[in-house]
Amino acid sequence: MTNREKYINAFVEGLEIAEDKVVGLEYQAIPEWDSVGHMSLVACIEDAFEIMMDTDDIVDFSSYEKGIEILKKYDVEI
Amino acid sequence: MIDYEKCLENPPYSLGKEEKEAFLTKYLLELTKHHKESCRPYEKILEAENVNLNNVCSYEELPFLPVRMFKDMELRSIEEEEIKKTITSSGTTGQQVSRIYLDQKTSMLQTKTLTKIVGDFLGNKRLPMLILDSSAVLKDRKMFSARGAGILGFSIFGRDKMYALNENMELDLEGLQMFLEKHKGEKIFLFGFTFMIWQYFCSELERTGFHPDLSKGVLIHGGGWKKLDSFHISSKAFKEKLRQVCGISEVYDYYGMAEQTGTIYMECEYGHLHASIFSDILIRRPGDFSLASIGEEGLIETVSVLPWSYPGHLLLTEDEGVILGEDDCPCKRKGKYFKVKGRIRNAELRGCSDTYAEGI
Repeated sequence: MTNREKYINAFVEGLEIAEDKVVGLEYQAIPEWDSVGHMSLVACIEDAFEIMMDTDDIVDFSSYEKGIEILKKYDVEI
Repeated sequence: MIDYEKCLENPPYSLGKEEKEAFLTKYLLELTKHHKESCRPYEKILEAENVNLNNVCSYEELPFLPVRMFKDMELRSIEEEEIKKTITSSGTTGQQVSRIYLDQKTSMLQTKTLTKIVGDFLGNKRLPMLILDSSAVLKDRKMFSARGAGILGFSIFGRDKMYALNENMELDLEGLQMFLEKHKGEKIFLFGFTFMIWQYFCSELERTGFHPDLSKGVLIHGGGWKKLDSFHISSKAFKEKLRQVCGISEVYDYYGMAEQTGTIYMECEYGHLHASIFSDILIRRPGDFSLASIGEEGLIETVSVLPWSYPGHLLLTEDEGVILGEDDCPCKRKGKYFKVKGRIRNAELRGCSDTYAEGI
C-alpha cells in the first residue's frame, strides 16, 4: 500500500466513511468528523505510519490537506 | 474582531497582574459588545441593568450573568444552523439543565486552550491513558454531557486509551491488568471525575484487594467536591486513599465549569488552583457583589475570553472561594491562585460527577 492509500484508508476506518468522501475533507464538515471521530482518526493515522503526533498537531489537524502537511514533520510523504 | 490566534500565542501563566488586567479588559469588553449585538436576550439584560460600556476601565466592572441563566434561557450569539455542538451541564431529575451552544470556532478555541493549559503540566508528549469512567458517556455524539466533553478534551493527551469502567460502571479488572502489563514501566496518564474515581475505582480496588502499581502515573481529576464533601472526604483523604490503593502520588485537581469549557483552573504541586491568562477569578461579597480582598471569602465569578458563540464570558457561579494570592505562588506560575470552599447553601446540587451520584 502506498502512503496515500494508507492515509485515505485511515480516514475510511477512523471516521467510518466511504473512500470517495475522503479527499479534500475538512474537520466538522460531515457529522462523522466531529471531535469524537477526530480522536479515532488520529489513532488510525498513528497506527498506519507508526508515529505519535504531538498534541499541537492533533489540534491543528483541521483538514485532509492540513494532515498531509503535518505528516511531513514526521517524515511521512503522502 | 478578536484575534484569538494571537491571544493563544502567550504561554498560559506568563502575564503579571497589570499586563493581564489590560489583556483581559480588552478582550472581555470586545466580547461583551459582540454578545450585545448578537444575542437579543443578553442585550435586554444589559439594558435592564443600565449598563454603559463606554466608560469601562477594567473587566472587573463588566456585568456578569448568574450561571443559572443558562438553565432558564436559551442564550446564544450565533444562528441556529451554526451550532456544531450542544453541551449540557449536569442537572439532576427535576432540575433544569444548562445548554451551551458551540459553533466550530468556539469549540476549536476550547480545545486549543485546554491543550495549552494542561500541556503546561503534562508536556506535549502523549502518554498511555486510562480513563476512570465508562465509555458509555460518549454514546451520543451530538449532545454530550459535561462529563463526556471533559473526557474528550483530555483525550488529546492520551494514546492507546482505555476506559477502566464498562457500560455498567463496573471496573474492568481484566482489561486493566492487560493495559498495565502492556505499558509496564511507562508513565501513565489517568483522567476522571472526582466522585466517580472515589466510588467506582478506589472503592473497587479496596474491595477486590487488587492493587495495581500506578506509582508512575499522573492523575488529573475534576468535577467538583460536593458529593465527597457530604461524605466528609477531604482532598487530603482522597489523595491518601489513591496512594493506598494504587500507589499514585502525582494527583492534580482542576476547577472548571461546563459553561466555560476550555479555561480550566489547574491545581499546582502546592495544592493551589491557578487562573491562566485566558481566564480569571473574581471573588464578590454576597451582600452587594463588591470585590472582596485577597484572603476574604465570597462568591466566585469566573471570566473567560473563549465564549464567542454564547454570552458566557462573565459568570457568577454558585461556589464560594477565596483568593490566596497573585503572581507569587511558589510554583512560579503567574496569575491568581485560589481555593474553592464549596457550594453556597440552597444552591442546587450539581457538578459533573455528582449528577451520576443522584442516579442519572
